[in-house]
This record gives sequence, C-alpha cells and structure tokens, in this order.
Amino acid sequence: MAGSFADDSVGLVTPRTVHFDESLALDSGRVLPGYTLAYETYGELNADASNAVLVCHALSGNHHAAGYNAPDERKPGWWEACIGPGKPLDTNRFFVVCSNNLGGCHGSTGPTTHNPETGEPYGADFPLVTVRDWVRSQARLADHLGITRWAAVAGGSLGGMQALQWAIDLPERLAHAIVIAAAPRLSAQNIAFNEVARQAIRSDPDFQEGHYATTGDRPRTGLMLARMLGHITYLSEAAMGEKFGRDRRGKPNDYGFNYDVEFEVESYLRYQGQSFVDRFDANTYLLMTRALDYFDPAAACEGDLAEALRGVTAPCFVASFTSDWRFPPAASREIVRALLDTNKRVSYAEIRASHGHDAFLMPVPRYREVFTTYMQRVAAEVGV
Amino acid sequence: MSPLRADLEIVADWVGAGDRVLDLGCGDGRLLRYLFDSRQATGYGLEIDPAGITQSIANGINVIESDLDEGLSDFDDDAFDQVILTQTLQAVQRPDQLLREMLRVGHTGIVTFPNFAYYRLRYHLAIRGRMPMSEALSYAWYETPNIHFCTIHDFEALCDELGIHILERRVLSHDFKRPLLASLIPNLFGEVALYRICRA
Repeated sequence: MAGSFADDSVGLVTPRTVHFDESLALDSGRVLPGYTLAYETYGELNADASNAVLVCHALSGNHHAAGYNAPDERKPGWWEACIGPGKPLDTNRFFVVCSNNLGGCHGSTGPTTHNPETGEPYGADFPLVTVRDWVRSQARLADHLGITRWAAVAGGSLGGMQALQWAIDLPERLAHAIVIAAAPRLSAQNIAFNEVARQAIRSDPDFQEGHYATTGDRPRTGLMLARMLGHITYLSEAAMGEKFGRDRRGKPNDYGFNYDVEFEVESYLRYQGQSFVDRFDANTYLLMTRALDYFDPAAACEGDLAEALRGVTAPCFVASFTSDWRFPPAASREIVRALLDTNKRVSYAEIRASHGHDAFLMPVPRYREVFTTYMQRVAAEVGV
Repeated sequence: MSPLRADLEIVADWVGAGDRVLDLGCGDGRLLRYLFDSRQATGYGLEIDPAGITQSIANGINVIESDLDEGLSDFDDDAFDQVILTQTLQAVQRPDQLLREMLRVGHTGIVTFPNFAYYRLRYHLAIRGRMPMSEALSYAWYETPNIHFCTIHDFEALCDELGIHILERRVLSHDFKRPLLASLIPNLFGEVALYRICRA
C-alpha cells in the first residue's frame, strides 16, 4: 500500500514515544515528576545533526504532522501541505520532528494519562502548562535525539508562538525561527472566544469538574460546542460563504420549521464538532486554550515586546494571511516591528489567501513558494 | 549574480562601510545583497510585490512586505544611515510625504527616478502624441505602476519646498554610459536622475 501515497508525501510513519525521568518544574510552580512525549520524525538526521527542524503544533494538533500512520488512514498529518519531499520543509534535506505537546491527549503526558502518584488518570489535576513549559519539555526531546541546535523551529498559530518562545528562551539552540499566522499575545476578543469554549465544556453536566475519566462519561456536547465555535473563528466569512453559502439539504423554500440540520454549514459544523470529540480530550482543550491566553512574552518586560525579543539571535521568518481575523496580519506585524526595533534579522510576508486562519494549513501557492524559498536559504546556511 | 545596473553602482558608491540601510521598494533584493557583501552593510528591504519578496528571500536579505504608501511608521527616527529609494518615487501616492519619512528614519536619503523631461520622452509626447515609453519607463500607460512622474526641475523644487538639502546629483543618459550631454543639460538629456539628500 505504501506505493499508493503521493510522491511528495512522507508516506507511512510510525509514532514514537520517549519518557523523561527527570522532573520538570513548570511555570505554575507545580513539578511533573517525569513525562512522556509522543513524537514523529520525517526524513533522516544527518551525521552532524545540523538538518533538524522542530515543528510545533497548534491548539488542537498533535505529533502527527505529515504522512499516514496506517495505509488506510483517510487523512494525512495536519501539516501535509508543508512537510514532505519538495515541500517547504523538504524531507530530502531536513529531519523534521514534531511532538505532541505536554498536556496533550495523543500520547504525551497529559490529563488522560496516569498520575504516577495516584495511579488514576490526571484529569483536571493535570497542571496548567505554558508555552515556556513546552519549550523546556521539547528541549529535552532535542537532547534525546542528539540535536544541540535546530536548523529551524517552525509553527503556525500556537505553534508559531512556541517558535517565538524558543527564539527567546534558548537562542543558541535554533538557527532560524519560522513564525506563521501567530501573534505576540491574544487579543481580548481571542480570550473571549476561548472563554466561551471553556464555559461550553465546563458547564456540560458530564464534565464533572474535569474528573470524567472515572465515570466513563465525557463532556461530549460541551467539547463539540467549543470546537464548533473555534471552527467558525478559523475560517473567514468569505471561505465559509464560498464553501457553503446558504445551501440547504431540502428543496428551496421547503423549511422544516424545527432545529434539525438544514443548512449545509450546520451540517459541516456538527460534523467537525462530533469528529473532534472522538479524537480530543476536554481537559486538554481547556489547558491548551489557557496556555494561549497566558502567552505574552512582553509581559515580563512591562509590555515592551522589543525588549522581550532583545536576546533573540535567530533570523526570523514571519508570515501572515490577509483573511485571518483570529490572528490578523497586524498581530504578525507587531512581532516584526519588535524585531526591527532591535535590529534583528527578519523577513515578513503577508500572504493573500481567502481561507482565514486555517490558511497556514493549506497548500496556498504563494505561501508554499515563499516558505520553500526561506527554507532553501536555511538549508544553504546550515549547509544541507 | 549578474552585475549591478549602472545607476545602482552609483548608489552603492554612496553607501559607506557598515552602514545601516533601508531600501524602499527593494525589488529582488539585489542592491541590498550587494551592499551586504561589498560594504558589510546591514538593514532591510521593503517590498510590496510577492515575487520580489520571494526573490529577496532567495537573495538572503531581510525583506519586509510593506506598502510604502502607508508610511514608514515601523521605523524609529534616525534608525538608518541610508534610506534608499531607487526608481520608486514615481510609483507612490505621496512622494513628498515619503521623502519626509525617508529623512525622518534615515540620516541620508538616496533617490533615483526616471526624468520625465528627458528628450526622448518629450519626443514621444510632443511629436508622436503617445504616452512616453523608454528603457527606464517600460510600461504602457494602462498598466504602469508609475503615477507621479516628475522632472529634475520638479524634484529639486520639491526638495527646496520640503527643506531638503541636495548633497549630490548624478544624471545618467539612456544607456547609462554617455553622461556628457546629461551632465551639461541634465533636464533634457538625463534619463535617470540620482540624488543624495539630507535634512537641511
């Protein structure tokens, strides 16, 4: 079956896990006695480990960034558009690593895994983690893989925030930072969306204060609503209009006069919400949205982002999408401006795309071209 | 990389070793690449054309997608030694405002533009009755990005009005190689004008 994958796909990949026995002190003050990270890799690490790229995932992502985990898997990894032979993160040159974030629900230690102290799933007892905590945890993965310096740390959305945090916290450990469709902090509107999503989950009777693992029930409705809300914000009005318009299942003017699914967009949102419930954990969703809310590197410098970025040594590539209203171009420009203020090497592209925030996951031709070109430059600089 | 155009060579000669440079409308980034390599200059290019941005990235320069008509508010006062505007002045909404902005963020400005009083362009309009086209003005009237043509006289009058001091002027004739007539009667025989300017 492997031969049935596209030539520019990494094809069949097997996820791996690594356990770290060393405890991890978190920003919250809590300490994890040890932790496991699930990860995938694509391409080959070269002899001097200079061709490694870390890909950081967004809110609801995981370590399965490219290729297929099974020959009959319906959809490839979430960044299939950008990872593979000949793609921006060209696996003929680069060794691409993507881990499931700490607190995730796809194999890394998180609310669904067992607390070694109680033998029960952590559930709501899993500590809140921050973007900085993720960077610390990923740095150990780098050590484990023998990578002292990434050729690049890359990501979109929350993944872009992690790339920026890497550049701030461990400047000597990355040659380039790729920050796509991200923001230096969430807007009040963004936090508000996150809060509605969290309330949808937390007010579901099956949430049980987050300890639903012991009963077998899960806050399915709440999580579905959270995802439906999120999904609306990831698309642009134009993208939704193009995709669904006001199309209905019944005949024109033949209304059901009830609240069943009639409009195609309703059907789509319900499908997205329901399928999300099957693959995602509510506590993880709460935790990831909170990590987003908290991200604000400038806060440590009295709101001065340029000051927060002063120690960055990696040249940065920043990209945004014109129809992204969740993390609009203006948010990326703030990052660019702060980098300019302290004379950092930075390039910025504002890509015309109608898909909204989700554009960073799509094979938009100009996006691919400019990202590919930047990565070719990275490859040339690190000599691969 | 192919050699620099003659006008860009003059621009490069005006840039000092280690200068901090902002190149407005940097195109494919060729000039900045040259300045980085030959002058150890640092800095950024601003560009609006997607293809130019990609080529600039390929050329290894720092390029920021920007619309010059929105000003240079991303940059602090006196942030650069040189702010360069080659063959772009005529394509912006408000050349006067951009010139002011250039000399706000930079100590020195370098401006080059096609001289609309150049005799061949005058001939096009006066004798043939057609909108001028030349090597330096290669667009037809309906597709040109150029909206504010000016002549050498116009530019110098504007500098005067804005309190901008002209440090140096060079004028090139159409093949960039026969500057004699151009230096004698620049407004008539100069196809491309090059200026080094600063605040008065």
